Amino acid sequence: MSAGENRRLLDVRGLTVRFPTADGVVQAVSDVTFTLSRGETLGIVGESGSGKSVSNLAIMGLLNRQRTIITGEIEFAGRDLLTLPAADLQHIRGKEIAMVFQDPFACLHPMYRVGAQIQEAVLAHDEVSKSTAWARAVDLLGRVGIPNAKERARDFPHQYSGGMRQRAMIAMALVHNPAILICDEPTTALDVTVQAQIIELIEDVKREFDIGVILVTHDLGVVSEIADSVMVMYAGRIMEYGPARALFDQPQHPYAWGLLDSMPTVEKRLSSLVPIEGSPPSLLAPPSGCPFHPRCPYRFEPCPVDRPPLEAPVAAAHLDACWLPWDEKVRHGSERSLARLGDAA
Amino acid sequence: MSSPENLVELGHLTKRFQVKQGVFARGKVEVHAVEDVSLTVHRGETLGIVGESGCGKSTTARLILRLLDPTSGTITFDGRDISKLSQRELRPLRREMQMIFQDPYSSLNPRKTVGQIVGQPFAIHGQKNARTRVQELLETVGLSPEHYNRYPHEFSGGQRQRIGVARALALSPKLIVCDEPVSALDVSIQAQVLNLLRNLQRDFNLTYVFISHDLSVIRQIADRIAVMYLGKVVELGESESIYEHPKHPYTAALLSAVPRATTGHRERIVLTGDVPSPISPPAACVFHPRCPRFHQGHCDVDTPVLRDLGVGQQAACHYPLEKWPMTDDEIRQAEGTIRADKPKLEGASAETG
Repeated sequence: MSAGENRRLLDVRGLTVRFPTADGVVQAVSDVTFTLSRGETLGIVGESGSGKSVSNLAIMGLLNRQRTIITGEIEFAGRDLLTLPAADLQHIRGKEIAMVFQDPFACLHPMYRVGAQIQEAVLAHDEVSKSTAWARAVDLLGRVGIPNAKERARDFPHQYSGGMRQRAMIAMALVHNPAILICDEPTTALDVTVQAQIIELIEDVKREFDIGVILVTHDLGVVSEIADSVMVMYAGRIMEYGPARALFDQPQHPYAWGLLDSMPTVEKRLSSLVPIEGSPPSLLAPPSGCPFHPRCPYRFEPCPVDRPPLEAPVAAAHLDACWLPWDEKVRHGSERSLARLGDAA
Repeated sequence: MSSPENLVELGHLTKRFQVKQGVFARGKVEVHAVEDVSLTVHRGETLGIVGESGCGKSTTARLILRLLDPTSGTITFDGRDISKLSQRELRPLRREMQMIFQDPYSSLNPRKTVGQIVGQPFAIHGQKNARTRVQELLETVGLSPEHYNRYPHEFSGGQRQRIGVARALALSPKLIVCDEPVSALDVSIQAQVLNLLRNLQRDFNLTYVFISHDLSVIRQIADRIAVMYLGKVVELGESESIYEHPKHPYTAALLSAVPRATTGHRERIVLTGDVPSPISPPAACVFHPRCPRFHQGHCDVDTPVLRDLGVGQQAACHYPLEKWPMTDDEIRQAEGTIRADKPKLEGASAETG
C-alpha cells in the first residue's frame, strides 16, 4: 500500500479452509484475500461462524493438516506458510507470529507462576540462561503495565485479575519481538473499563514494537477504535474490505449496513433497532450465489444465482462483494444516514 | 412509604455471603455483595441495572425475586413486604415474577421438548391442557407453533432465547427480570431480541428489571437506570439524563470507556487498576481508590449518600461532575483544587504521549 512493499508483512491469497465431517464438508473459509503491513491494525469482524477465527488459526498453522483441506497462499517473509515443513513453521509460530486468545482465564496454566510461563516462552525459541529469561519476563510484564512486576511475576494466575491476565498474555506474545500479533477477541471476556485499558495497550504495543496487528472481534466499536483497515466476513467470505474510516463512514455492503444498524449505541437512544432478519446460514450448505442473499432486504435477480466478486466500485482500496449497482448503494446509504439523523433530532 | 405506582421497592437492602478461607476453612469472611441498596421500580417501566462484573447487579436481581435471602433490608413487591416470606408463602407470588437468563444454551433442558419447557409453568401452577396456550406463546415470541415438539438443540441461540422469553411470559407475570438476556447473542440477533422485548412490554404492560454490562444495550431499552459499583448504587435516575449528564465520576468513566463505531475523537477517562475486593471494600466511598476526583480526608472518611442532582437524577458523590463531557484535567479539578497528591493516571498519560 502507500507505506511501500517493504513494510508488507503478510499476503494472504485465496485462503480456503474446508473441514470434512461426518455430516459433510464444512466450508469454514472461502477465498479470503488480504494483506497486512507493519504499523497496521487489521480488524476482522463478523458474527459467530463467519470464519474469522479459522482464518487466523490457518495463518498460525494451528489447524490439523490431516483433517483440514487448506488451499490458497499465506505468504510471510517470502515463504508460503501453507507449504512450509512443520519444523520450519515451528520457528515462525510463537516467534514471528504470536497470538493472544480470548479467554485469559483458560490460557494460563493455573499451577505455574506467571513469570515462569513467560520464561518458558522465552526459552522455547532462544538459547539463553534461565535467569536471563526470567529477567526478560519481568521486564515485559512491567512494559505491559503490571505494577510491581518483579514481585508479581512470582504470582500464580489466580492472583491476577482478568485484565492483568490479558496483559500477561500480551507480554508472553511479545517475548520474541514478533512481526505479527494476532488478537482473537482479546477484550470480549473483560469489563468495559478494563477493555479500554487493553485496547490502549494493544495500540501502544503496535507503535512501540512497530508490528502488524490482526484484531478479530465481533464488536464493531472496538474495531472502529483502533483498526486502520477492516474486513467484514460472513459465512466464510469477505463481504467488505477497506480502510476503517471509509468503511465506517460509507459502508457499501448491505450486510455491513445491517450490522451497523442493528447495533445499539451509547450515544443516543434509537427509535428502533433494525435487526437483520433470519439467522446465519449453515456452512455445510451455504446459500448459492451471494451467501447473504436469503437475509438481504435489497436482493434482486442475480443474487441467488451468481456470486458477486470482491471489487472496488470507486476507491481502489475499498472493496465489497455485492451486485447492487453503485448508484443504488449511494441511494440506500443516504437513506440510512437520513434515518439515523432523524433519530438524533 | 409504599406507593401504588411502584411495583418493586427495595429498602436498605444488604446481602453478604459467608465464604470460607484458609486451608482447613477455619477463617470465615464476608463478601459484601449488595450494600444498602434502596431503589424503586415503577409499573410498566424498564429499570436498567448496569455495572461491571462483581458489582452486585445479579445479586440484586436475585434478591428482588427472593431467589436469595437478604441479610437485612426490605423488598416490597406489589405493595407487600416479601423479604421475610417463606418459600411456601412465596409460591403463589412466583407466577407474577419471572426471569430470563443469560445463556440460552444452559437455561433450557436439552431432554425436554419446547412444548414441555414452555408448558412447565402451567404444569407447576396446576393448569392442564395448556397446549394451545403454549402454541400461542410461541407465535407471540416469533416462533412457529410447529416447533412444539422440537428439542432445544434444533434451534439457534436467538431462537432459544425466544423460547426462554415464551416461558417467562407463560403465566402473564407482572415483573420480568432479564439477566444479561442478549449478551450471548450476535449483534444482528441481539437487535431482534431487544425489539421483541420492547414490543412485548408494550403489548402486555410488563415491568422489566434489565441487567446488563453493556451500556449501549441499556441505553436502548431502559427508562431509568441504576449504576452499581462494588455492591452500591452510585447513580440512579432517568436514563436520558444520566447518559447525557453523568454526575458520578464512575458513570462518566464507564460511559467514556465504551468503544463506539463512529468517527471523531473524544475525551476518555481511563481508570487504572481493578475493582477492589468485595471482601474488604474501601472505607467510605467505595470508588475513592480509583477516583480522579478523590479528596483525601473527605472521600475516604465520609460515606456519600445518594442525593438529588438535577431532575430525576441522584448520585452518591461528594464532588459530582459539573458538566459533561469534561477533559481529564477538568475532571481532576473539583472545586478549585487540583489533585497534586496523586500522579496522573498511566493510561491517560500514555494516550497523550
